[in-house]
Amino acid sequence: MPKITYIEHAGKEHVIEVASGMTVMEGATKFNVPGIDADCGGACACATCHVYVDPAWADKVGKPSGMEQSMLDFASDVEPTSRLSCQIKVTAEMDGLVVRLPKSQH
Amino acid sequence: MNVIEETAFVNAKIERIVIIGAGHAGGEAAMRLRQLGFAGDVTVIGAEAQAPYQRPPLSKAYLLGELSLERLLLRPLTTYNDERITLILNRKVQFIDRAGKNVRIEGGRVLPYDALILATGSRARTLPLAGADLPGVHLLRTVEDVDAIRANLQPGARLGVIGAGYIGLEVAAIARKLNAEVTVIEAAERPLARVTSPEVAGFFLDQHVAHGVRFELGAQAAVLKGDDRVRAIGLADGGEVACDIVIAGIGVLPETGLAETAGLQIQNGVAVDADMRTSDPAIFAIGDCVSRPMVHYRDRRARLESVHNAIEGAKIAAAALMGQPRPTEEAPWFWSDQYDLKLQIAGLFNGYDQIVMRGDMAEKSFAAFYLKAGRLIAVDAVNRPGEYLGAKQLIQRGASIAPTALADLSRPFKAIMTEAV
Repeated sequence: MPKITYIEHAGKEHVIEVASGMTVMEGATKFNVPGIDADCGGACACATCHVYVDPAWADKVGKPSGMEQSMLDFASDVEPTSRLSCQIKVTAEMDGLVVRLPKSQH
Repeated sequence: MNVIEETAFVNAKIERIVIIGAGHAGGEAAMRLRQLGFAGDVTVIGAEAQAPYQRPPLSKAYLLGELSLERLLLRPLTTYNDERITLILNRKVQFIDRAGKNVRIEGGRVLPYDALILATGSRARTLPLAGADLPGVHLLRTVEDVDAIRANLQPGARLGVIGAGYIGLEVAAIARKLNAEVTVIEAAERPLARVTSPEVAGFFLDQHVAHGVRFELGAQAAVLKGDDRVRAIGLADGGEVACDIVIAGIGVLPETGLAETAGLQIQNGVAVDADMRTSDPAIFAIGDCVSRPMVHYRDRRARLESVHNAIEGAKIAAAALMGQPRPTEEAPWFWSDQYDLKLQIAGLFNGYDQIVMRGDMAEKSFAAFYLKAGRLIAVDAVNRPGEYLGAKQLIQRGASIAPTALADLSRPFKAIMTEAV
């Protein structure tokens, strides 16, 4: 299974195996990684699963959709590689992906 | 309760926390306690067979068959194990002994607690009609409900939906996708009467009609007719809607029985303060079963049925138990997915005196803003996530904003927001 590294804002790392087809968000919430709230469970309805994709991975992960971008426009501390992790579907090529978590989701 | 007692309670040694209810709120409270560093015993007791799961997809992706039970679960069982959270599932709590500080579980087991969290949720209102027990008549609240519905909801099946709230309309949309024939029966003259404005309700009615859903509005279901299974819904005016399957979405009732028997204060739900504490300082209550003061609405008490309310209550109760500052309350938020429409709602629209439309209903992309005395109190946004999130922030600020600005499509909403005061 692809391994994904989640780095909390304070620096703590969590390496989690996430099955292909799941989302980057699910990998974090299912294993209680603090810092991704994902309140709506992946319906692209709440913008509380914001992550920064490591720049080295940005191309592979891709750009946000129109709806996702509209949500990100109103999130806090947005950076060029910001994504909503519920909209990133894990593939085999994402083995080794690194995402950093923002200071707050609200 | 005065401040000294409250401090004494927080400082008292809490080693055992029992959570009654293994829904979204109960499961989240347990996880949140661990995230905040609680090291004592956490036990979650649930009446359903499953570990805590998400209910919103039940009337959406799970009904459609696009989401497995595994993904519906908020977390796999291994995570509870890793976090030393004991799940006792398929068991009801029979009694809370406040004096003895313990709960009695069906089967006789007694669990002591230092602090108790009630997360008992709500149950679907049943149809008070003859024939409601016929095979083919369903409520929609649990995984089992939806598994049973899916077995019956074949292409060409004739579905009668009783109640045109969000659950009823979401079910109608999924059933059309599954090529079932759908008739929605609603006692009010319009769908979504309890939860949105006539303007937005009219939009959703038109969308469903365009997708081939039939409506019986202002119609009262009076009887369910059938033999070995349901065959028709009889209406109060004598009409009849033939069907093979009936789904009732006529609201929920808070599960307050245990709290009432325990003598806790009830006000349209278990009454809690801003820390989610009940009238017993050792007992908290969260989720669908509570009524709580709404900080963004002058502390008006409300009982909310939503994921936001479940999660926020869990966070607040966990923080209170750990003696940590109260997390900031959000404006209440909700969502509904129907066809290609993503409806996102922030705030409580009750009591609005002005509605302002931004965008175009014909293009299925608009926001309806609700104002009261100039202040923004709620938004219904259809395929307009920016307006939804922006308005939510304004509601949380208690902001007022000119209607002409809200409606001005020539400027991005983010720019318009700067005009709010």
